[in-house]
Amino acid sequence: MSNSLIKPRIERPSLSQIIEAKAPLFLVPVLMLIGLLAIGSGSTWLTLTAAGLAMGMMIFIMASGLTVIFGLMDVINFGHGAFISLGAFAGFTILGLLGGWIESPSIALNLGAVLLAVAFAMLVTGLAGYGFERLIVKPVYGQHLKQILVTMGGLVVTQQLIYVIWGPDEIVLARPAAFQGSFVVLGAAIEKYRVLAIVIGLALFVAMRLVLNRTRIGLLVRAGVQNGEMVEALGYPIKKLFLAVFMVGCALAGLGGVMWGMYQETISAHMGAEVMISVFIVVIIGGLGSIEGCFIGAMLVGLLTNYTGFLIPKLALVSTILLMGAVLMWRPQGLYPVVKAH
Amino acid sequence: MIVKLLSGDRPRSKMLSAVLLLILFGLLFAPFLFPGTRSLDTAARICIFIVLVASYDLLLGYTGVVSFAHTMFFGIGAYGTAIALVNMGASYSAIALGTVCGALVAGAFAFMIALFSLRVKAIFFAMMTLAVASAFLVLVSQLSGFTGGEDGLSYRIPREMTPAFKLVKEKVLGVRLNGKLITYYVVFFSSLCLFLVLLRMVNSPFGRVLQAIRENAFRAEAIGYKVVRYRSVATILSAVMAALAGSLMALWLRYTGPATTLSMDIMVDILLMVVIGGMGSMYGAVIGAVLFLLTQSYLQNLLGLLQESLGSLPIVSEVVSPERWLLWLGMLFICSIYWFPKGIVGRLRGT
Repeated sequence: MSNSLIKPRIERPSLSQIIEAKAPLFLVPVLMLIGLLAIGSGSTWLTLTAAGLAMGMMIFIMASGLTVIFGLMDVINFGHGAFISLGAFAGFTILGLLGGWIESPSIALNLGAVLLAVAFAMLVTGLAGYGFERLIVKPVYGQHLKQILVTMGGLVVTQQLIYVIWGPDEIVLARPAAFQGSFVVLGAAIEKYRVLAIVIGLALFVAMRLVLNRTRIGLLVRAGVQNGEMVEALGYPIKKLFLAVFMVGCALAGLGGVMWGMYQETISAHMGAEVMISVFIVVIIGGLGSIEGCFIGAMLVGLLTNYTGFLIPKLALVSTILLMGAVLMWRPQGLYPVVKAH
Repeated sequence: MIVKLLSGDRPRSKMLSAVLLLILFGLLFAPFLFPGTRSLDTAARICIFIVLVASYDLLLGYTGVVSFAHTMFFGIGAYGTAIALVNMGASYSAIALGTVCGALVAGAFAFMIALFSLRVKAIFFAMMTLAVASAFLVLVSQLSGFTGGEDGLSYRIPREMTPAFKLVKEKVLGVRLNGKLITYYVVFFSSLCLFLVLLRMVNSPFGRVLQAIRENAFRAEAIGYKVVRYRSVATILSAVMAALAGSLMALWLRYTGPATTLSMDIMVDILLMVVIGGMGSMYGAVIGAVLFLLTQSYLQNLLGLLQESLGSLPIVSEVVSPERWLLWLGMLFICSIYWFPKGIVGRLRGT
């Protein structure tokens, strides 16, 4: 008997398979390159790319919560937009109270005000998320149709409650002094606030990946995504995990809301529902439940919106729909489909 | 005869029959019972929304598909008629052509959306339609050369349908018989016909299959019905119906703009009407639309009174302020999903 018969055969993926698997990673650089070719001018391109990445990061912050909630609990929260608005209003309340800190030229005070606003917004939306989960989502776990309807109802009611608390008018507030204006790099003007947004978004992405891949909680969340029943059978309180993830997801929406609000410098109760369109597109492109896909999708949508906004302004939103269509033709489940055990 | 007209789908409750008859006669004699421009406008809106909501119920209540693109189809129908009237002048052929084209375009759009997203989960379809409808709204408000942009389109309709045209010189029962009245009855009878057609559809074998799919898509597939095909056809039919309702709206208002046809607020309104009225029954659409539109007009007055009497309490008086009527309907919506998923019709039928 020759040894070769019992030797295990290790399947090596062929080069084309590797490329196929890694292909989504190349989408962002490819889109940047296409943008550069289409725009022609290097400095304009740099400005637009920075704007696109900043927008993408903010959308990612808002979308990440939605996609993780879906991945873990199979719940899509159509009321997610309400938390974006709620976060923005809560954050702006703090910024309004700390008016002196915002106007002072000291970066430390500016940053302190922003951090306080963010912390308060996340606290409020996290707690609101608790209420939302208990009152609105919990009774309809596992029933998609009712879930969609009831969370939509939750969106309407929350929007109206924002009107009740903060009044029906838009709130306009200037950004902290340190984040106004822009600086020039290689002939391109880049807004300071966009750099901050990119930094926060990247930090959040890295942190989420670390938590999900390196910690025990992350392990449980990932296991829950694949097979919740088994995790429960092993004695872990998956319901509590659900609730915690839901609250974190809502808090992230709140964070995104504050950042988006400071970016636009205007907030209204409807802003969340408006941003949600891009958020949904991002989540669909990335594959429901996938953080990595969500990140890439957000970058693509942010960049594409800014490039087309410059080239053909009327088609900015339509172009992202076309992108979604193209991605779905290529991968019907999104860039990184989440594998479920059942 | 009547049972046949209703396609054998009786109200099955004395209370419900009474309410429906009341609504029917109320709408039929609306110009004489409630004279005045505002109440006639409300009546016409109710007629149109009954069709719109019923066509949405075909999708949501009967097939179990959640779509957020219904206002898009409504808008396509309205813009079809509007654009034809603007470009061809005030003629009946323009109305006919615009209506047909609007319905066809809506059907084609629905077909494309169905092709893309009906194979996957309900959630996916909901998100997809929401995104597409929003993009459509933005596109329409930006292509101002074609659609009038944010301002929308104002146009003339044939003279026989305008208030300037007098049918009889004298008033009859205190009401002027003018072109506006003719338009109202065009809207009323078209809506009635469309509603009866929808009723026929859901009570046909096709409608039964849709209900089977709603209850258990897997089983329906196993029995041998092609679920995707049925869902697609339901989507297309409901889109065409919505487009026809849109054409009626364009005819009635003599104006078509993003806010009156395409906005997401209208989508939310439709959703509330279907669920509060009762999903899975065409009569639910009738009750829901009537209740909602009357509430929209008159609950505000009631809340205004309530606010005056509670004037001193700070938060409470905000909650009952007339502008917050949607808050109360939203809560009613959530409660009805939990406690009476069959809506008011289900309550009246005692199921």
